Amino acid sequence: MNELQELYREVILDHNRQPRNFGAIDDADRVIDGVNPLCGDRMTLYVKLDGATVQDVSFRGTGCAISVASSSLMTERIKGASIDETMNLFEMVHDMLTSDANEPPDKLDKLVALAGVREYPSRVKCASLAWHALRAALKGAEHEVSTE
Amino acid sequence: MSAVATKSPDLAPITDIASLREDFPALQQRVHGQPLTYLDSAASSQCPQAVLDAVVRQQSLDHANVHRGVHQLSERSTLAYESARERVRDYINAASEHEIVFTRGTTESINLVAESLGGSRLSAGDEVLITWMEHHSNIVPWQMICERTGARLVPAPITDAGEIDLEAFDRLLTDRTRIVAFVHISNALGTVNPARELIAKAHAAGAVVVVDGAQAMPHKRVDVRDLDCDFYAFSGHKMFAPTGIGVLYGKERLLEEMPPWQGGGEMILTVSFDGTTYNALPCKFEAGTPNITGAVGLGAAVDYLARIDFAALEAHETALLGHASERLTEIDGARIIGTAADKASVLSFVIDGIHAHDVGTIVDAAGVAVRTGHHCAMPVMDRFGVAATARASFALYNDDDDIDRLILGLRQAVELFR
Ligand SMILES: Cc1ncc(COP(=O)(O)O)c(C=O)c1O
Repeated sequence: MNELQELYREVILDHNRQPRNFGAIDDADRVIDGVNPLCGDRMTLYVKLDGATVQDVSFRGTGCAISVASSSLMTERIKGASIDETMNLFEMVHDMLTSDANEPPDKLDKLVALAGVREYPSRVKCASLAWHALRAALKGAEHEVSTE
Repeated sequence: MSAVATKSPDLAPITDIASLREDFPALQQRVHGQPLTYLDSAASSQCPQAVLDAVVRQQSLDHANVHRGVHQLSERSTLAYESARERVRDYINAASEHEIVFTRGTTESINLVAESLGGSRLSAGDEVLITWMEHHSNIVPWQMICERTGARLVPAPITDAGEIDLEAFDRLLTDRTRIVAFVHISNALGTVNPARELIAKAHAAGAVVVVDGAQAMPHKRVDVRDLDCDFYAFSGHKMFAPTGIGVLYGKERLLEEMPPWQGGGEMILTVSFDGTTYNALPCKFEAGTPNITGAVGLGAAVDYLARIDFAALEAHETALLGHASERLTEIDGARIIGTAADKASVLSFVIDGIHAHDVGTIVDAAGVAVRTGHHCAMPVMDRFGVAATARASFALYNDDDDIDRLILGLRQAVELFR
């Protein structure tokens, strides 16, 4: 059960049970659909910008605990952050999810809860879907993103 | 040394299904420190030692290309390959070995029929009738050929239990229907379709019938002449043989009429720049060097299955399905997807508040392998309003201990999430 508890930390379970920023933003500047073809999960990310700042962000969709918690933690963290900061955060999260070489930087704070997926290669995409959608949204893409 | 595994027709059929488990080396291992509980045979089954031995022998001593050498190994290899074809023919009771085309698997078999038969017979205004419970491999090839020919793809609806809605099927089967393609046993729901009845109806309407038999082969003794289907597609790796080999059975008359599909070696008689003449069946549809070792493995798997008493096998699997379905009621919030009256040992389910993906990861830690996701049947998921299910599938080598460990794993999932 130990590795499992690493994966399903209390923070993850909590954000899965009560996702933050769940729902649509009617006047969003960017709306991006993300799909994980492996499991058929879909999420839609809504971003409202104020100049170079993420003024508001939310998501909707169905997914496993890892993908819901990742989306929820992400939106909680980036609300009010600058686009530069957010892109930087994307890189750090990406590194944390895909390489176990380094300890995750302290800056990641609560997002470190996602580090458990490194032991589960098939689940990395669940955790990264929201982040890929976010990066696409901030880059101004309007099409669908996929984890593939 | 003989390249051909000898058949032993005199041996009594095996009725003690529980004794078969020890034939499968993969099942003797532990994963995550737990005995392996393999409940994912509907995705791909394990191989018995007899199949592994046949594969090793073929590859280590008898390997050479087929149909093109005069030397000893080529003779042996050709004999082994063609003998596998003959055993498959015998096993499914096809009329001639010309009717057994080796392919990469069910997917390739269906693509072959869709492109060759569909491509030459369909035109605008024609219809291809399928069902809502098809695997993507029995949807997409038809969509592609319909797009090319202007024909229309018509899916027959299914009921809340996951059975074909026969009234709707009758209504949708018209004089425009050229081809009817349906799954014999659904991989996502376990439903066993009334194949003979559907085939007879389709024939009465003048349509050609293609059956996706991928899930039926490991559970049923299939007799293509009794079914009277025109085509029957299946994969070795779901019936205890290796991956990369499968079969398209087709009635000789139809295969004869159909244009070749892929071009290359093996499928020709003569080639010149003025034109090419094609080889006879089944080689016409086997361009290039085939999967010789895979075919030999499939031949050995068919020998293995041929010795089993299928009444005993079906009783064993029905008992497992019944037991597992009943034990699932112990799990808070669990709901079975697919409750057909005639159902193979495939148990698809969801648990309230826990995504199938999480269920799969948690039971894996307990050594239990189940499949999670949409099972390549997204329309089925849509029909039942779920994004994904967890699926435990039971094969001849599973037993009640496997069910106990599955239920234990599911309890852990519920505990962790509540
Ligand atoms: C009902 C059904 N049809 C077709 C297929 C495709 O088989 P393959 O991937 O071996 O070509 C599968 C395998 O998942 C299946 O379950």
